[in-house]
Amino acid sequence: MSDHDHPHDAITADAKPGYYEIMETAIRELLIGKGLISANDIRRQIEVLDSRSPALGARVVARAWTDSAFRERLLADGRAACEELGITFYDDTDLIVLENTATVHNLIVCTLCSCYPRPVLGLPPDWYKLKPYRARAVSEPRKVLAEFGTVIPDDVEIRVSDSTAVIRYLVLPRRPEGTEGWSEDELAAIVTRDAMIGVVPVTVNAGAVS
Amino acid sequence: MARSVLDDIIPALNEVAAFALGDPVRVATRAPIGHYRVPVYLRGCRGKIVRVIEPVMIDNEEEGYGRNAGNKRHYYRVAFAMTELWPGYSGPVNDALEIEIFETWLERADV
Repeated sequence: MSDHDHPHDAITADAKPGYYEIMETAIRELLIGKGLISANDIRRQIEVLDSRSPALGARVVARAWTDSAFRERLLADGRAACEELGITFYDDTDLIVLENTATVHNLIVCTLCSCYPRPVLGLPPDWYKLKPYRARAVSEPRKVLAEFGTVIPDDVEIRVSDSTAVIRYLVLPRRPEGTEGWSEDELAAIVTRDAMIGVVPVTVNAGAVS
Repeated sequence: MARSVLDDIIPALNEVAAFALGDPVRVATRAPIGHYRVPVYLRGCRGKIVRVIEPVMIDNEEEGYGRNAGNKRHYYRVAFAMTELWPGYSGPVNDALEIEIFETWLERADV
């Protein structure tokens, strides 16, 4: 019983850990016990992971829209171009940037698990990790896109990229009309996470967010 | 370009890419026990090499089982027509899937 003004059961941590949780704890304790990594290394890595967000990817896209030489470097070597902007690749993955054009619309997925360009976008949304998206994005991408409200004309090729190896993908969306003369910061503000996965286009008014 | 000392180095076994841009390939139909980074839906399907990923990388599937660590080969970005993967695919014939596949999973296909 607590000593404040409403009654509730004592807060305890009595849930039994699952099989994989026990395995993770055992391996972590072994690595620390053998001096291969420290507890602080693990804490720091989680801190780095949590510090990444789609705002980084939005900066990359806005720079590519306003600086054609950067755009070319980005398409030639995604990782090196992001590193120019100070974005580190802590997981040692490479990055291929897929440019949407008037004739090609790119969509990214990881059918095997949840590979995602975490260094530039942070953690993936839950739907990206769930089986319906993972299975359907490769087999009926147009229907999946339509459910996100994105209807791609038949004369535009849908190109789905399935991440399986050490390469991650980032979609470079098309710059919307009506943004001529906008600053890099103004452009970055309209680039959303879902546009960089390829499920929606970038629009001038991305939604009812104020 | 001036001749470099690197030109005289003889490449290691499998260090030179077996496939080139545009080569038609088929994904092997093997089904080994364990976790492999080639989705089942691709096995046996025909595609085309659209990019040779440089440099060579270790065979992470072998390394994951503690075998052959250090054996390096190429990954390739391979394009497949959706209609090749899904016989009932109802979208336009240009729709495609692209994916990275390790060299050991690819076979040469007829044009």
